[in-house]
Order: sequence, then C-alpha cells, then structure tokens
Amino acid sequence: MAVTLDQTIAQKQHTFLSRLFSNQTFWVVIAVILACLFLSFATDSFATSKNLFNITRNVTFVAIVALGMTFVIITGGIDLSVGSVLCLSSMVLAVTMHAGYSIEIGILASIATALAVGAFNGVLIAYLGFPPFVVTLGMLSVARSLAMVASNNTVVFQFGPDHQKLLALGGGAWVFGIANPVLYMIILGLITGFTLRWTKFGRHIFAIGGNEHAATLTGVPVKQIKVAVYMISALSAGLAGIIQTGWLGAVTTNLGNGMELQVIAATVIGGADLAGGVGTAFGAIVGAALIEVIRNSLGLLGINAFWQGTFIGGAIILAVLFDRIRNFRRSD
Amino acid sequence: MPVLELANISKHFGAIQAVNDVSFSLEAGEVVGLMGDNGAGKSTLVKMIAGNFHPSHGTMRLDGKDLVLHKPADARQHGIEIVHQDLALCNNLTAAANVYLGRELRRGIGPFRILDYGAMYKRAGQLFAELKSETRPRDLVKQMSGGQRQAVAIARTMLSQAKIVLMDEPTAAISVRQVAEVLNLIRHLRDQGIAVVLISHRMPDVFDVADRVIVMRRGRKVADKKIASSSPEEVTGLITGAIEQVA
Repeated sequence: MAVTLDQTIAQKQHTFLSRLFSNQTFWVVIAVILACLFLSFATDSFATSKNLFNITRNVTFVAIVALGMTFVIITGGIDLSVGSVLCLSSMVLAVTMHAGYSIEIGILASIATALAVGAFNGVLIAYLGFPPFVVTLGMLSVARSLAMVASNNTVVFQFGPDHQKLLALGGGAWVFGIANPVLYMIILGLITGFTLRWTKFGRHIFAIGGNEHAATLTGVPVKQIKVAVYMISALSAGLAGIIQTGWLGAVTTNLGNGMELQVIAATVIGGADLAGGVGTAFGAIVGAALIEVIRNSLGLLGINAFWQGTFIGGAIILAVLFDRIRNFRRSD
Repeated sequence: MPVLELANISKHFGAIQAVNDVSFSLEAGEVVGLMGDNGAGKSTLVKMIAGNFHPSHGTMRLDGKDLVLHKPADARQHGIEIVHQDLALCNNLTAAANVYLGRELRRGIGPFRILDYGAMYKRAGQLFAELKSETRPRDLVKQMSGGQRQAVAIARTMLSQAKIVLMDEPTAAISVRQVAEVLNLIRHLRDQGIAVVLISHRMPDVFDVADRVIVMRRGRKVADKKIASSSPEEVTGLITGAIEQVA
C-alpha cells in the first residue's frame, strides 16, 4: 500500500477518543463532575448558589497559584515558597495602602516584591545551580518572616483612602454575577494555556523539562527561561495575594500558610509530572477544583474535618496511580 | 580554499588539558573520520567547533574569515550543525518539535507570533522522506526506535544550508541495518558539498565512508592522512599509542 507524504505528515499517534481516555486530566474532570452530581442528590446544601459561589471562589486562589506553579513543574523544578510569597505580597499591599498610598502604588509595590523574590529564587537555581527544593524552602521561611517584619505581626484591615476600591477588586462580581476572583482565574488560565501551547517560550519550557541537556545543546536559553518561570510562579502567588486581600478585607501573617502543598497537589492531580515535561493550565485548575470539592463535600456530608487530609492525600496518590498503571501497560 | 581551518587550538578545564595545540583543515564535500580512545579530546574539539566551548588558545577560520562562537546558535548561523552523541532529543516532544527545537517556526505579526505547527509538521515530514526514514512528524520521540531517533537528530542538520556537519558517534547505539542507513546519509550530505566530521569508535564505518582520518591521543593530533594510504591496523596502533605519531 502506497502511503503519500501528506498522509504520513497527517498521521496522528492516537485518535481523539483514545487520547482523551489516556488523559489523566480527563478522568479528574469526570471525578469532579461525578462528585458534584452525587453531592447534589445526597445533600440539600451542595447545589445552592451560595455554596457553589463559595466553592468557585475558594478554588480560585489555589488555582491561580497552581497556574504559575505549572510552569515551574513543567521545567522539572518546584517552588515551595508560593504560600509565603502570597502572604508577603498581601502584606506589602496592605501596609503600603494603610500608609495612605493609592491602590495603584500598593499593587505595583506588591507585584514588584513578588517578582523580586521570584528573580532571586530563579537566579540562585539557574545560574548558581542550587537545587530548587532548597532555595524555595529557604524562601518559604524568609518571605513569611519579612511579612511579619513589614506588619510588625499585626492584622491589617484598614487600607487607607482606596479601601473600598480594593474590596471591590477582590470581593465584587462585575460580570454576570460571577465572583471577580473566578474571572481572574479564567483569564489567567487562558493566558497560561495559550503560552504553553502556542509560544516559543512555552515550547522551550517543555523542552527543558523533557531533557535540559538537549535544550542547552540546541541553543534554548535555558537559564533565562528558568529565571522567568520562578518569576512567573512568584507573580501568580503575588496576584493571588492581592485578590485574596481584597476578598478577605484583612491580612494576617499566617495567610497562605501551608498553601504550597495544596498548590502542588492541585497541579499533580491535574496531570503535571514532578519529573518535568508534562503539565497543562486546565489540569491545574481542575486539580484545584477536585481538592476543593472533596473538602466541601466532607463538610456537607458531616464527616469529621480531621479526615480532610486523608481524603486529599488519597486523591493525590490515586491520580498518580492511574498514570503509573497506564505507563506499566505501555512498557509491557 | 578549506571551508574550516583550525590553528593551534587548545582547551583546558582547570588543570586538565583536554585538547592540546591541534590544527587541521576541512574541505567542502569531504568526510573526515575523527578517531581516538575515550578521553582523547574528540568530543571537546567538536564542541568547540559547535560553539558549546570556547577555545583556551588558538583560532578557527570559516571560509577564510575568523570565527568566534559564543553559543551553539552562533555556530548554526555560520552553517555548522552537530549531531550529538546522545542525540539531544526531548522524549516528551514530537519528532517535528525536536527537529525545530531552538529555532521554532512562527507566524503572525510583530510581537504577536504563535508557533506554526502546520509548517513544522510539513517540513519535518519532507526531511524524513528525504532521509527515507519511517519517522512520522507527530509521533512522540519517547516511543521511537534507535534509527528513528537518529533520523530526527540528523533531520535537524538539514533545516538550513549547512556547510559543516559534525557527527558524534552516530552509529554507536543502532542496529546493523540502521548503520548502513546512517552511512548512506553521510554520503548524501557529502554529495551536496557538505563537509562531514565523523567521530567514531567503529573502524569499519570510518574506512567505509571517510576520505581522510584524523587520530587524536591525549589531546594531541597524532595522525592526519588519506584513508587510501592508511589501514585499520595503523589507526589502531595510533589510537592505543603503539605507534607514536605519523606525518
């Protein structure tokens, strides 16, 4: 049988369906939908607009940071400092505005802080060869401590002349009654997805995660890109911090405490591989959604809150287990 | 005029002298076998020509002009392509993505440019056809055979008008049938007027395809002669040091 060149070029490895079924993200989406359906029938309080509003809003903060984390994880790195960076950015915003500056200056200062932290992490990792785990573990401690220094470990809940603007930014619902944080999450998710799929930068991130040595040899600017991904991760934490400050209307120094683990869990559940080279924006959001639905449902079903960790941890292991089973089958 | 000339090139890493005062020239359409034992300095020498390392001493001239390379992209711009020993492939990407790694095609206007998947699949497919390889552009490299992976790495060198192709152990890890394919490919490159440097441990390959053989030992060039006037026995002697040096 003669095969023309065009046929060879068009030849895909899998059909649409087989690709879908072998996709971890797809199964997590199914799990989220099934859980939501089950809960709507099993409880009266799940499918109420108030509860759904709560869930979607709770998902967003983890999801936004998970989007940034996705970049880092695709390169094969990790960023443990995101929870603390979120807190530091919030605190810089809060303290700046509390001192009487406008919301624009507050946000600028906050974003600049996040980017500076990310650049510090990135330079140490890319140019000085530090292991990402160690650098960002150190930063986890440093950033939170700096947040305490900045606020003298007090709660800030008065944001100066632009107090109302900040609350509207985070707590409003400007379009179709969708909570603003959800809108931000969708916009950032689209930007992340586009960047990963359609830009040279995104392609190079995958290349670094797949084979860093090969990327270097073929002339990919590996070091610059690594700095950039840690800056993106810190930036996403900073943005989530700003939005969360507006939502909560107060900042304490334990904001975002332990969040890094939830964020990493969300990306891994969504299909990202901690060894690098695999990950999607949609997966990060879906992973965050699954964690939140599990948490929410345990509360509604009246299960003791102490069980939360067990269920979320179980979800992480289960998600990766499916991936392993597929790999075993492939290698047979 | 030689296409590439190396004059008194040396490279040291701290106290280790990897390449010591090596000079040679390369003509267009010539296949040169570069041989030597492990640690003889072959790879270091080739990495300097490819822009991965900067020579500690000495000069390189391309088409009679001084050549200074700061990064691999510089070498490519001058028409120097390399097939790395480990092939430098990313398993998580498609064949086409690997072929275009580091020089992806994009379309769009000004700063708003997106990856041109269609054009990359098309051109990669044509290159694989030209190489008579069964590799398909959309396949992930993860699931490919040794020969297919080799084709992906070699297709990279054909993207632009290369003057020199450096091949680091291209036949080390592939089947016998595929070795013949790779050697044919080297002839194919030579017939287009490309100068090929073939680093190899495999004596039959070098004597089959090369016009000239250069032997290195402990960082120094110990022989540089026509294949016709040499023999595998002599080259083996030169590699091991049983023969000290030939003119």
